[in-house]
Amino acid sequence: MEEEKKNKLSMVVFSGDMDKLFAAFSIALGAAAAGMEVTMFFTFWGLRALKKKVATGKSLFGRMLGMMYGGDINRATPSKMSFGGVGRWMFKKMMKAKGVTPLPELRQTAIDLGVKMYGCQMSMDVMEIPKEKMLDEVQGCVGVAFFLEEARKSEVQLFI
Amino acid sequence: MNEEITVAKTLDLKGLLCPMPIVKIAQAIKEIEIGEVIEATATDPGVLADVPAWASTSGNEVVSLEHGDVITFRVRRIK
Repeated sequence: MEEEKKNKLSMVVFSGDMDKLFAAFSIALGAAAAGMEVTMFFTFWGLRALKKKVATGKSLFGRMLGMMYGGDINRATPSKMSFGGVGRWMFKKMMKAKGVTPLPELRQTAIDLGVKMYGCQMSMDVMEIPKEKMLDEVQGCVGVAFFLEEARKSEVQLFI
Repeated sequence: MNEEITVAKTLDLKGLLCPMPIVKIAQAIKEIEIGEVIEATATDPGVLADVPAWASTSGNEVVSLEHGDVITFRVRRIK
């Protein structure tokens, strides 16, 4: 029997790039504003969007990763023209001048509108980012089966 | 003109860029009763396409949408 799809958006956020996170949160907010249910599943580099501004990693490699790719959503760099942080600075300046809402505020608004955010447990294990180092608003740490169950009940599915 | 329409709430969205005008409208429309109308002014031309699209997805009604020096639109809460 065919299950009915809901007025819902399910999204995989794989990227931790600043520009792609803007896209992900803008779409999530647009959907939530239009009354859609929204689930965001953050995996791999995308975990940055849920991280607190704390050091991560236990093993040597884990700590190295934490240092080289550390920081929270504010440290996200654009996917093009990053130039070791100069690109981030430039885009932040340009966006501020135009009045674009910054990423942390977009994320907070998403939380306020009831967007559900999940972390990928496997990526968190690999990257040594435990749940305590992520935002308290993260609903849970889940796997691929969970995402697929959400996605197949959703009219709109995206991978960013 | 729509003289007979009473506006229950006004909203200033000038200077806001996507997706915030839609977010603010969605939040504000919950504060008025069904059947009531909200009037908003905006400057981002993106709202010309986005407000009707949002209304269609969310099941509300665009009463008017005018592009002068600023963009003025009215939305009626349907549900």
